[in-house]
Amino acid sequence: MPEIQERPFGAYVVEVAFLGDTAVFALGDGSVRRMTGDGEGATTVHAGAILAAARSRDGESLITGGDDGLVARTDAGGTVATIAQRKGKWIDQIAAGPNDAVAFAAGRRAEVRLGDGRERAFDLPRAVGGVAFAPKGLRLAVARYDGATLWWAGTDADPVAFEWKGAHIAVAFSPDGKYLLTAMQDNQLHGWRLDDGKDMRMSGYPAKPRSLSWSAKGRFLATSGANAAVLWPFHHKDGPQGKPPLQLGAREVLVTRVACHPKEELLAIGYQDGMVMAVRFADAEEVLLRRPGGGPVSALAWDDRGGRLAYGTEEGAAGIVTIA
Amino acid sequence: MPENQIPVTVLTGYLGAGKTTLLNRILSENHGKKYAVVVNEFGEINIDNDLIVESDEEVYEMNNGCVCCTVRGDLIRVVEGLMKRPGGFDGILVETTGLADPAPVAQTFFMDDEVRARAKLDAVVTVADAKHLIARLGDSPEAEEQIGFADVVILNKTDLVTPEELAEVEGRIRAINEHAVIHRTERCALPLDRVLDRGAFDLDRILSLDPEFLEGEDHDHDHDHDHDHHDHDGHDHDHHHHHAAHDPLVTSLSLRTGDLDPQRFFPWIEQITQGFGPDILRLKGILALKDDPDRYVVQGVHMIIEGNHQRPWRDGEARESRLVFIGRRLDADLIKDGFAACAA
Repeated sequence: MPEIQERPFGAYVVEVAFLGDTAVFALGDGSVRRMTGDGEGATTVHAGAILAAARSRDGESLITGGDDGLVARTDAGGTVATIAQRKGKWIDQIAAGPNDAVAFAAGRRAEVRLGDGRERAFDLPRAVGGVAFAPKGLRLAVARYDGATLWWAGTDADPVAFEWKGAHIAVAFSPDGKYLLTAMQDNQLHGWRLDDGKDMRMSGYPAKPRSLSWSAKGRFLATSGANAAVLWPFHHKDGPQGKPPLQLGAREVLVTRVACHPKEELLAIGYQDGMVMAVRFADAEEVLLRRPGGGPVSALAWDDRGGRLAYGTEEGAAGIVTIA
Repeated sequence: MPENQIPVTVLTGYLGAGKTTLLNRILSENHGKKYAVVVNEFGEINIDNDLIVESDEEVYEMNNGCVCCTVRGDLIRVVEGLMKRPGGFDGILVETTGLADPAPVAQTFFMDDEVRARAKLDAVVTVADAKHLIARLGDSPEAEEQIGFADVVILNKTDLVTPEELAEVEGRIRAINEHAVIHRTERCALPLDRVLDRGAFDLDRILSLDPEFLEGEDHDHDHDHDHDHHDHDGHDHDHHHHHAAHDPLVTSLSLRTGDLDPQRFFPWIEQITQGFGPDILRLKGILALKDDPDRYVVQGVHMIIEGNHQRPWRDGEARESRLVFIGRRLDADLIKDGFAACAA
């Protein structure tokens, strides 16, 4: 049985990430909490709630955005550095890019702050639904109403727009950079093949497939939003079109978060009732990691080695499960 | 549905009617409650409060082929953001611009499951300017729809009109929406419990469909009391308009019969809401279904309709089906005949 350490943090867990051996939790009360095997710490970073967070590419800090207009970087020791301050704005989208680049968005404006301090702003006619950097290069994808737009954040090259009617509320590149995927307000997943703009529709979700996670080597895209984790195969030549998805961890409860193991074909699944399970792709073998309770699972992350899983819930329960 | 859904009050009304005055009152009065307020722009709100959120109105169409199924994308994000704050709220107020259609706001709380899990629509409150409402009703369809949508109408600036003018403007409001509660105010001064926590969309609290009578500010009775004892048999629901040139586009239609045959009624109401949904602003009903000991209550906004069993019909309570539509250009004869044909 895996070993579990849990703390009642008492505030909505917006995001969690491992910085080396330290799990850092971004909370709705504006603090970043730290848990390691033998110690804990807390730093108040935001004056209001943290609305979004992402781990930096180098794995050494957690970047947070809040309803106080602050974008900040907090390291594993609790040292905080301000990245940007946009008074009166709710920073509700964050993405980390190469060379310390950070993308953030509030309302109808997405911004990129490059590692050297240069800033770029991209204005849209409607609010930004999500931001993501391509796996290689300074290319930013912005999910928006009626599609997604790609910008080269370091140059003035013209943006590339991909259209699909409806509100797109989350965005992710495939690890090989060939596909762009979005979650939609009306409970479906959409995708484009970037080289030719070919559309992919993945529907049938009862809820928004908001949590997206790529399996090791990018073979599957795991998604939340159904009563099982839904995994779309991307290792075929034409992507997932016409292929049935893998469904893991089916229960009578909605899956709210998914996190693929960094090395093996194993998925951590968080449910609406607070339960966390790990499921192997090959034989659908399930291991219970956390019993139900504490509200919907709102954050899940593996450490880089794949030996520990950190989780958090909407009602503020948070912990680390040590598997190996 | 979880019990801890936060009540949401939608505040509509034409520019200058007094919405900001009401918001300032709600934010500044010492009521010991915590309200988040979503405004279109900070404008004249003179309270420094970090629970005031400025939001750009964004109407999203849904990809389900239903033209009137729109939601407010910005509200979805605001509610999600507010839910991350610790401590919770006693309520959320959403101010809409004078020209806005309240429907997308209302529908957001029915159509978005994540929002619905956390928040529930409490009531649509429309602030109307007693002096200028009649002119607005004449020149802007939005003003009429805001009255049609309302659960509560705050008829403000009553000090600027004569008693005759006040009676006329109330008559106009009643011709559009005979079921809203009307409060006469000066500078939006009224007890906040007349505005907040009304439960107007709560199926369990649909107790009566009798027209609500004017409630003066000095009447301090419970507004949620059961009106079942009122006897309105023979009440004439056809409106007599004295201003032929200003016939409202938006009107109320009240229907009544005895027991309904559910095998006929449900397909019929489905067909009516699908066919006329864009023009139906609100509908509410208390129904007696044949062989069913419980009252069945329904309510809807455009094409969205929901219903549930409420409570058993009481001994001595007449089993009667009542259905009220408020909408634009309602084909009264067609709806009346269709409803009559559903009688058991």
